[in-house]
Amino acid sequence: MSQEESRLRVQREDGVVHVEFIDRNILDEANIQMIGQELFSIVDTEKDPKLLLSFSNVDHLSSSALGTLITLNTKIKLKSGQLRLANIDRQIYEVFVITRLNQLFQISDTTEEAQASFE
Amino acid sequence: MSRPALHFPDALFHPDSGVGGGPRPPHGDHDSLWVQNDRAIIDSIQDRVIDAADSLGYDTNAQFALRLALEEAIVNAFKHGHKGLPGDTPVHFEFEVSPKRIYVIVEDQGPGFTPKAVPDPTLDENLERPSGRGLVLMRAYMTRIEHNAQGNRVEMELIRPESRE
Repeated sequence: MSQEESRLRVQREDGVVHVEFIDRNILDEANIQMIGQELFSIVDTEKDPKLLLSFSNVDHLSSSALGTLITLNTKIKLKSGQLRLANIDRQIYEVFVITRLNQLFQISDTTEEAQASFE
Repeated sequence: MSRPALHFPDALFHPDSGVGGGPRPPHGDHDSLWVQNDRAIIDSIQDRVIDAADSLGYDTNAQFALRLALEEAIVNAFKHGHKGLPGDTPVHFEFEVSPKRIYVIVEDQGPGFTPKAVPDPTLDENLERPSGRGLVLMRAYMTRIEHNAQGNRVEMELIRPESRE
C-alpha cells in the first residue's frame, strides 16, 4: 500500500463535504494519522466547514481513531462549523455508546438524514 | 513463571508462521510470543487468535470484542508502555483459546502505569479529551481485565456466554 494513497473518498454536495472511509479497519496508528491530517486539512481550507463522515465501509475502529474524531470535532467547532457522522454499523455504534461519544457527536442512520440535519 | 530474556529474536513472531486461508476444523490454540511493533505482525497475531475463536464457534460479537481488546492492549503496550524505549523493544504476548474462554496476557517492558490515574473519559468534562478510551473499551468488551501491581502487564479474559442465540 502506497503511503501517498488517500484513505478517504471526498466529494461535495450542497456546501457539505462528504467523506467516506475506504478502510474496513481504522486501527493502524500510521493510517489514523494520515486520515487525521487529510481531515484536518479539509477543515483548514473550508471557510464554514460542514463535514459528513460516512462509516459504511468500516468494520473496526480503535480508541486512537476515536481520538482523531474528537480532535476533528474540536477543530470544526473552533471554526463554528458542523460535523455529522452517518452509516455506523451496529457494533461500532456500541463503541460510541460505551465511550459516551454518541453524546458528543451528531450521529445519523443515513447519509440523507445527516445531510438534512445541517443548519 | 520466570521472566523470559528481554530480547530473544528467535522467538519473535513472524506473519508467515500464522494460519493459512480456508476453513479449518475446530481448533483451540495457545502460544507465548515476543511481538514487535509492526502492523503486519500485530494483525497476524490478532487474526490467529480470532481464527481459533471462530473455529470454536465464538460468534461475531465475541470476535469483534476480541479484536478491539487485543488492539487496545497491544497498542497501549507499545504507545504508552514503551514510550522512551527503543522502537524495536518487543512486547510479550500470551494467549489461550479454548471452548469456554479466551485468555490473553500482554506485558510490556516499560515502567508501568497506574490505571486508576487515567481520567475517566466518559465523564462529561472529559468527553472532549482525545485519549484514554482504550481501557474503557477493554473493560467493556472483556469479561475480566486485570493489571499487575507494576502496571506493565494486563491480563484479559473473555468467558463464552452460556446461552447463545
